[in-house]
Amino acid sequence: MYTEIRLAGFGGQGIGLAGVLLGRAAALYGGLEAVMTQAYGPEARGGASSANLVLADEPIDYPFVQQPDILVAMSQEAYTKFRPTAKPEALVLIDTELVTPFAEDVVQAIPATRLAEGMGRRIVANVIMVGFFTRQTGFLAREAVEQAVRESLRPKLVPLNLKALAIGYEYE
Amino acid sequence: MHGDEACAEGAIAAGCRFFAGYPITPSTEIAERFAQRMPELGGVFIQMEDELASIAAVLGASAAGARAMTATSGPGLSLMLENLGLGVMLELPCVIVDIQRGAPSTGLPTMVGQADVMQARWGSHGNYSIIAYAPWSPQEAFDLTVLCFNMADRFRTPVVLLGDEVIGHMMERVVIPPAEQLPRWERKRPTTPPPTAGPYRAFEPDPDDLVPPLPHAGEGYRVHFTGLTHDERGYPDMSGEAHHVLVTRLNEKIDRHVEEITRLEDYGLEDARIVVVSFGCTARSARRAVREARARGIPVGLLRLVSLWPFPEAVLRELAQRVDTFIVAEMNLGQVRLEVERCSGRPAVGVHHAGGEMIHPEQILQAILRSAGR
Amino acid sequence: MTQAIVVDSHPLDQILRADRMPHIFCPGCGIGIAMRCYAQALLESGIPQQRHVVVSGIGCTGRVAGYIAIDSYHTTHGRAIPFATGLKLANPNLMVTVFSGDGDLAAIGGNHLIHAARRNVDIKVICVNNFNYGMTGGQCAPTTPLGAIATTAPYGNPEQPFNLPYLLVAAGAGYVSRWTTLHVRQLKQDILRCFARPGFTFIEVLSACPVGFGKSNSIADGLEELQLYRERCVIADGVPLEEMGIDLRENRPIYIGNFIDRDLPVYHPVSLTT
Ligand SMILES: Cc1ncc(C[n+]2csc(CCOP(=O)(O)OP(=O)(O)O)c2C)c(N)n1
Ligand code: SF4
Ligand SMILES: [Mg+2]
Repeated sequence: MYTEIRLAGFGGQGIGLAGVLLGRAAALYGGLEAVMTQAYGPEARGGASSANLVLADEPIDYPFVQQPDILVAMSQEAYTKFRPTAKPEALVLIDTELVTPFAEDVVQAIPATRLAEGMGRRIVANVIMVGFFTRQTGFLAREAVEQAVRESLRPKLVPLNLKALAIGYEYE
Repeated sequence: MHGDEACAEGAIAAGCRFFAGYPITPSTEIAERFAQRMPELGGVFIQMEDELASIAAVLGASAAGARAMTATSGPGLSLMLENLGLGVMLELPCVIVDIQRGAPSTGLPTMVGQADVMQARWGSHGNYSIIAYAPWSPQEAFDLTVLCFNMADRFRTPVVLLGDEVIGHMMERVVIPPAEQLPRWERKRPTTPPPTAGPYRAFEPDPDDLVPPLPHAGEGYRVHFTGLTHDERGYPDMSGEAHHVLVTRLNEKIDRHVEEITRLEDYGLEDARIVVVSFGCTARSARRAVREARARGIPVGLLRLVSLWPFPEAVLRELAQRVDTFIVAEMNLGQVRLEVERCSGRPAVGVHHAGGEMIHPEQILQAILRSAGR
Repeated sequence: MTQAIVVDSHPLDQILRADRMPHIFCPGCGIGIAMRCYAQALLESGIPQQRHVVVSGIGCTGRVAGYIAIDSYHTTHGRAIPFATGLKLANPNLMVTVFSGDGDLAAIGGNHLIHAARRNVDIKVICVNNFNYGMTGGQCAPTTPLGAIATTAPYGNPEQPFNLPYLLVAAGAGYVSRWTTLHVRQLKQDILRCFARPGFTFIEVLSACPVGFGKSNSIADGLEELQLYRERCVIADGVPLEEMGIDLRENRPIYIGNFIDRDLPVYHPVSLTT
């Protein structure tokens, strides 16, 4: 297994944290190798924000994502910009209400932001997406991701985020 | 954990309790981590007015007995070179981290480079030897920082960690061993009390390894340290003879211990006819390329320079006896290639890029295929 | 018939490195006088010698570190203050004095000087101001008076000099004084006061450099410069700091004394452990 993943959205959506959660789940609790890189500098400022993950069952040499096998898009800009960089057959996960996919594209959609608003906390849309990702891709155990949430967030925030994770994971 | 964070944590695990620095991308996260952590541990974090001051403060702290370090990138290293030389001359252990970015000058602040290799070696004026390590993963940013402190204390000298932006900013699993499992080599310290008459000889070399024991400020040894050429008492001695003796010893205390200092990693060297030499983040691409080439039956191996300085001349000479071709992959225009050519006595194939983006495994693979006549 | 008087011992022997004498200072140079005041203060400070550390930069004044028999660090040009900062923060038990020249501290080390004052780190700075770069042979310094002759200003210095007390007070120093090598008692007393009060302190010591500055500026020798101090020095009493600038050629007073002594929070590294 050698999987390249790109998570993208706009600044403030917590894209980096989503990457960290998945990376930690894989590397610390999932028995996989994981490398995450992010764009720095001018590119990282302003609108678009992205996190890039390589997950593999062997040591990862080249750390960068070149042609994602999985694209998670949480904004139209991110989708439009990054969809062409991903494999044509890539698994594409989008936030239904923020992204209108290209006509021919096959995507898996979840209204992550609306569901988060439903919880009263728009900010956890990223973790809802992480839950959805976990279920859709199937290569990380739900428990591993839960553990990553527990280890990565301040204790006060853990229950809320575990709930968000569950909502995303159980979304039909 | 990011490579930068891992580096800071490695320093802390090694007992570093003094950090002085000046923010610069892509090393700033190291300073930020220290700013967080030092107050919890009773250590000192201070943001100085520039890099000239940062390294001066680090040397002062070292003289007072602390394990101390600073972190910067190329433009800051340029300023630190002045007192890197002072550290060499006063024989004050410390660690200088350079997270390399695109250079010269302000270059590419947020993007990777590996072009400070020769600056780290020869940057300060005069003849001196330096110890430098180049991590290729966040894990090694941790491990090698620990090693840097140990080497600095072992040889009473500044040590450079030559990281790069890719390693500094990438996130990967880092295993932090329990403190008691980390190796710790202590500074050699005076074994006799301060003399009642006459000065203590703070620069009298131990005949075994040429490293003099180091008294700290406040211990009553009334030492004198000067950047001027000095005798074994530390007193200025403006003679060519004293200068030759001192400078030769400063070089030899490191050069004599090349084997002890050197860290290399090889992959598939046993049967190799072609050897790829690389270091830091570029070595990751090199390993991928070597794996792919070996899968195609090409007898190629990777020699990864975990330590860059002192250069492992003997190893390369020995390899040159049984290898047809050296390929050097590095994100500069040939700094390590020149060293490889010098040691192997023949031209090497260079896979170079001036910096800004990592060399792709495919570029190295192509060079291997060409060298193998495919 | 005159007879040389030879003394075997001197009270300062225990604090000076007798084995490094004779020193390098020229006849008539004021640095030795300032050094003596510092050495005397060390002895009278009541602080064990073991706790005293002296740090110098480069210059004639910078050589002082090499003559004092305590832990002493002769660093690089301009960097004595940050080196001293590291020493002090790594071992707060030390009493760290920076003893260096005007060029070292105010030109190449000027940035460190103002930042150490602003931070109020607990180091004691003694700055010997001889209005030029003595060590390298009489070049312009940032303290060279307007119009004065220097080897790099053969037609007269076209630049305004620093008014050091004004600069230091503006930068945030809590304690700033100026004396001359004529005022040895006051200088020693002032150094002792600096030892006794926490925080950054700065003493400017006006001093003769007959070789580098005096000769080319119509001051025949060290003695004549002391004479000049005697005639022109006035204890500043309510004189605004702006007026503290020095022009040795003009018939103007040279203000000396302690200009400011105020309690400001002393810099300590952030600590969550105590
Ligand atoms: C980086 C550097 N630049 C220049 C010099 C040469 N240099 C040595 S001492 C000195 C000036 C010293 O002037 P000051 O601090 O006023 O000391 P003084 O000799 O007057 O006591 C200079 C420019 C040096 N040693 N290092
Ligand atoms: S050159 Fe000037 S400052 Fe230096 S020792 Fe001679 S008189 Fe003193
Ligand atoms: Mg001077």
